[in-house]
Amino acid sequence: MDKFLTFTIVGLATSAIYAVIASGLVLTYTTTGIFNFAQGAIGMLAAFTYWQLRFSWGWPTPVALIVVLFVLAPLFGILIDRVIMRGLQDTSETTKLVVSISLLIGMIGLAQIIWDPNVSRPYATFFATSKPLAIGPTTITWHQLITIAVAIAVAIGLRFLLYATRIGIAMRAAVDDRPLATLNGARPHRVSMFAWAIGSSLAALGGILIAPLVPLEAGTLSLLIISAYAAAIFGRLRSFPLVFVGAIVVGCTEGYLSGYLPQNQYLPGLRLASPAILLFIVLLLLPNPRLRGRTRSREFFPMPSRRGALGFAAGVTAAGVVLATTMSQPDLVTYGRVFSVGIIALSLVPLVGFAGQVSLCQLSFAGIGAIVMAHLGHNGNPIALVWAVLITAAIGAVIALPALRLSGIYLALGTAAFAIALDRWIFTLPKFSVFGLFNIDLFQQGSVSVDPLRLFGFTFDTPGSQMVLLSSVFALLSLLVVAIRRGRFGRRLLAMKDSEAACATLGLNLLGTKVTVFALSAGMAGLGGALLGSQLSSVSPQNFDLVTGLPIFALAVVGGIGAAGGALFGAVSLAGLLPLLAALLPSVSQYLVILPGLAGIGLGRNPNGAVHDLREGFMPIAKSRIVLVATVVVLAGLYAIRMLDAIDNWTYALLTMTTPLVAVVAATLLRRERADGVVPLEWRGVTEPWTDDDVRDLDRVLGLTEVELHGAARG
Amino acid sequence: MAQLAVRGVTVRFGGNVALDGVDLDADPGMVTGLIGPNGAGKTTLFNVITGLIPLNSGSIQLNGAPMNDLSPTKRARRGLARTFQRLELFSLLSVRENIRVAADIRKGWARDGSDPAAVTEALIERIGLGAVADARVDALPTGQCRLVELGRSLATRPEVLLLDEPASGQDENETLAFGALLQELAAEGMAVVLVEHDVHLVMRVCHKVHVLDFGRIIAVGDPQQIQTNPAVVAAYLGTPG
Amino acid sequence: MSNLSAVEPPDNPARSNETGHQDHNLLELRGIRAAYERIDVLFGVDLVVPEASVVALLGPNGAGKTTTLRVAAGLHVPSAGDVLIAGRRVNGAKPEELARHGLCMIPEGRGIFPNLTVRENLRMMTYVGRSLAEIEEIAYSRFPRLAERRTQTAGTLSGGEQQMLAMARGMATEPALLILDELSMGLAPIIVAELYEMVAQVARSGVSILVVEQFASTVLGVADYAAIMVHGRIERAGRPDELAADLSKAYLGG
Ligand SMILES: Nc1ncnc2c1ncn2[C@@H]1O[C@H](COP(=O)(O)OP(=O)(O)OP(=O)(O)O)[C@@H](O)[C@H]1O
Ligand SMILES: Nc1ncnc2c1ncn2[C@@H]1O[C@H](COP(=O)(O)OP(=O)(O)OP(=O)(O)O)[C@@H](O)[C@H]1O
Ligand SMILES: [Mg+2]
Ligand SMILES: [Mg+2]
Repeated sequence: MDKFLTFTIVGLATSAIYAVIASGLVLTYTTTGIFNFAQGAIGMLAAFTYWQLRFSWGWPTPVALIVVLFVLAPLFGILIDRVIMRGLQDTSETTKLVVSISLLIGMIGLAQIIWDPNVSRPYATFFATSKPLAIGPTTITWHQLITIAVAIAVAIGLRFLLYATRIGIAMRAAVDDRPLATLNGARPHRVSMFAWAIGSSLAALGGILIAPLVPLEAGTLSLLIISAYAAAIFGRLRSFPLVFVGAIVVGCTEGYLSGYLPQNQYLPGLRLASPAILLFIVLLLLPNPRLRGRTRSREFFPMPSRRGALGFAAGVTAAGVVLATTMSQPDLVTYGRVFSVGIIALSLVPLVGFAGQVSLCQLSFAGIGAIVMAHLGHNGNPIALVWAVLITAAIGAVIALPALRLSGIYLALGTAAFAIALDRWIFTLPKFSVFGLFNIDLFQQGSVSVDPLRLFGFTFDTPGSQMVLLSSVFALLSLLVVAIRRGRFGRRLLAMKDSEAACATLGLNLLGTKVTVFALSAGMAGLGGALLGSQLSSVSPQNFDLVTGLPIFALAVVGGIGAAGGALFGAVSLAGLLPLLAALLPSVSQYLVILPGLAGIGLGRNPNGAVHDLREGFMPIAKSRIVLVATVVVLAGLYAIRMLDAIDNWTYALLTMTTPLVAVVAATLLRRERADGVVPLEWRGVTEPWTDDDVRDLDRVLGLTEVELHGAARG
Repeated sequence: MAQLAVRGVTVRFGGNVALDGVDLDADPGMVTGLIGPNGAGKTTLFNVITGLIPLNSGSIQLNGAPMNDLSPTKRARRGLARTFQRLELFSLLSVRENIRVAADIRKGWARDGSDPAAVTEALIERIGLGAVADARVDALPTGQCRLVELGRSLATRPEVLLLDEPASGQDENETLAFGALLQELAAEGMAVVLVEHDVHLVMRVCHKVHVLDFGRIIAVGDPQQIQTNPAVVAAYLGTPG
Repeated sequence: MSNLSAVEPPDNPARSNETGHQDHNLLELRGIRAAYERIDVLFGVDLVVPEASVVALLGPNGAGKTTTLRVAAGLHVPSAGDVLIAGRRVNGAKPEELARHGLCMIPEGRGIFPNLTVRENLRMMTYVGRSLAEIEEIAYSRFPRLAERRTQTAGTLSGGEQQMLAMARGMATEPALLILDELSMGLAPIIVAELYEMVAQVARSGVSILVVEQFASTVLGVADYAAIMVHGRIERAGRPDELAADLSKAYLGG
């Protein structure tokens, strides 16, 4: 009984912290429509800052607290709002998600730059020296008591703010319809700034309260709040009382698990994964949603042309060959992952880009693929690839079953929970047997080796041959993705993304469609993982955990998740540019960790993705046959010269990169010359008969409004 | 036996009774009007018939077979199609693709020899969307969006077609053409149910009109009878005519 | 009544000396051009709303009526031309500033916040400086139906109830200039008649009104002036009776 009480109190105190963080999350969600994945990271930064002021510089507690909670945190919230979030109006949930995930990645990087992760930082609880209060047979510390009181105050205060004050109502109104809020006279900018300031203060409060209880480490602290997410979801991201109840359920469950879970070699991982599993369960308990009606967003991904797709695939394959033949062995190892990561990123295109279903567990599927390859692909047996695709597709299909009920942010959280459950628990399991039939030893509690692939008697055991193989596989899969987008299935996915209700009333089987696209995407990711595995030759769970996977997701969206090019963009920046920058500028390499974060943060400015602009930029080349042919010839020529060793790699790379730029300029000039051939306005009707278009042009040029002219010219 | 038979349907939202024992028949070859003041429950009735919201009591039958336990998808496959008062178009797709999706979906479950591409082109032609077929629906004015939704629902070749304010947002010319199209569809044997506030349109094209008020059917009859029914005038039409 | 002439133009106050001689026009649009992305939709619109009068803007689908209203309310920045309110150039003024000074626009479709309750929607109307109690009193007395539904989430109201809630803002905030976009869309005839009766009442109390409708018949009864817009231009403007003949031509694609 004492033990029970003790763990109840521990559980309640934890619950209170979760409640504070979850309330902040719900506040920003209901008032700005953004589910802030970085809420925990803000708390983490605040905890570090507080440590700096209070324990490193020795400021008095109240001063340090006031400075962090009421000055720095709100200012930081306002900064986030002004610089980042303001650009996110009318963007899809995916875009918003990526921005906040990027913020999370960037902030973890930032904290590691400022506060060396290898130094330990002691952190005292509040009133650490005061005697705990006795409650019956057990005791409660002052810190625990304060935490619980704070949580209750926050819950009451927020409810009052959002439902009983005008600014609170205006916050919610601005989420519904921002232009209309302005027509009512509200100032949405001010309103959202206020919301972010408070949300950020709440995150800071939670961070400072939780920091003494765990090691002060950036990654752990930022993700600790998976439990807070579960509480927020319990409250449907809306109801503060329910959030509170959810926090208690989650916190106490965790408390009892740590008290009563039996000691057993299979279970320690379960305890680590329990917040994620709880989150998953809470998600499944959500009531059945109504079918989603139409959602509007700014993103638009144009239909890829057949010609463009073939050109893209050819280019990718050619690039693979060029890289394989020009790069040194160590470089090939460093940059070799571009295309395998690319395949994993590509698996997101049909799922996220077309169907609008967010998945944060693609890298986990890749991990499963790699395991399959390791265990079934002895001596590089290619049948293992087939198995990798089939098994991951089957698991993907199973994951999709709850997905019918989840969408948007809920689905993102569900898949993240799945990823965490895998990397904290399943992937760390020791050997076990299934029905006594086979023994499974996933990662052998460390790492497992993967044999290089053998295909048609050829073993892909050099980095160069792997590069060629992977680039061709990527190219083929990109053709598959384009074929899907152009075909029946692709249209269906886009339709479902727009309005599930309309699809159902047309007789579409929603579940079947979702399961299919999930399976397809998981299969692709599994294939990518298997190939990545055989390329790395030895893989461990760390290669496939959630945090490693987030930048792939984020950068693919930054590139433009509606097209294969976006996936390639993501992979190239992650597995190509970042290592390249690190090699070129070793002195700043530690700062590079925040780059993916920065890239994602800028997404709001261009939600259609970077590739969209690139494509527009290079369009003139494709439009002019002469320039296109010339470009290809020059590139091939350069390659030949390089192969003859007449130029070195740097010169070659530089020339290769400038060629398309020159081509764009040339194509534009050519076009302009041709455009000059168009009959000047003054001469129309003289040298040629008038057309309606001409009248319209004339109107536009002269700025005329009278329609008499229009009618007269026509008559 | 009517093609679509609604019997004693009751729907409550919390304490509010949105539909209270509603009966409605829609017969093949006829345009059945459903009119009533705002908030009478017309859209709710469509939502119940298509299975998007559950009913508290009553039954819905298509060709004599009960549909109460079927999902929206299954009901669509039995031959039910609808449009939405608040447009539910696929904004990422062009006009042509919007219709094509529906034709493809139908081919997926009907497995008849129809050619979705041909069906799509024929519908674009028939509804008069040729000029905008490749435009994204987002850039179209509401009136044309309504037509795209109509085309999309026709692409599933429904037996019963439910139209929720299809003419709102259309100008007077478009409405004229639209009315003619509805009569044609009925003449081909479809059962059309029309919810609309444009009384002239309703009176011109409907064979039979149901009037809903506060969730109850207060009158059923031909347009002549409805226009002069004192209860309808008081609840809905205001000054007669 | 609110004072629209107090709106400060954000740019170039020097130009405000060109007022005076035309302050009998509450709203004036001069040579407005506007575009969405690169597509032009307005090609030099001139429109005047004299003080204390009702102006109807008519025209077929896609003519640019909504865009014109959005420009007037500050929601859409024109690519050329001037917006004058009470004789002052207010180009670039924010919609919330205009709203607080007595310009009330009720947008096309649902002019409500779907996730707020009816009462919270009314609370949003207090930004113009009236108390919630006053606003509730006016809204509920005009639309008793709203009183029954004050705690219902506005998004679950029927289409017509939503429109009443939207219209309640035009009544309860007593603006100087009321801009209505397709008020009658989706409304029962009896309610359309009632709403236009209210529009007429509001107009009699001295409020200027600019109203867009597709169906001329509903609005011409209350309008003092009308303008017909086709393809982003004003084709005709004048008294309603002068325009009857032109109307049918405009709609028939003249
Ligand atoms: N989800 C809901 N929750 C609560 N009440 C609802 C809900 N949906 C509809 N209602 C109520 O049910 C009634 C009927 O609404 P419905 O939308 O069916 O009306 P309608 O006849 O289509 O009106 P309109 O012509 O204005 O569109 C309304 O009073 C509305 O407020
Ligand atoms: N957000 C937008 N993006 C691109 N084009 C738009 C947008 N909104 C309107 N348009 C286009 O601008 C033109 C004018 O539209 P507007 O809404 O002003 O017309 P309207 O006269 O109000 O028509 P309606 O009767 O349909 O309300 C139309 O051709 C429309 O397609
Ligand atoms: Mg309705
Ligand atoms: Mg309009």
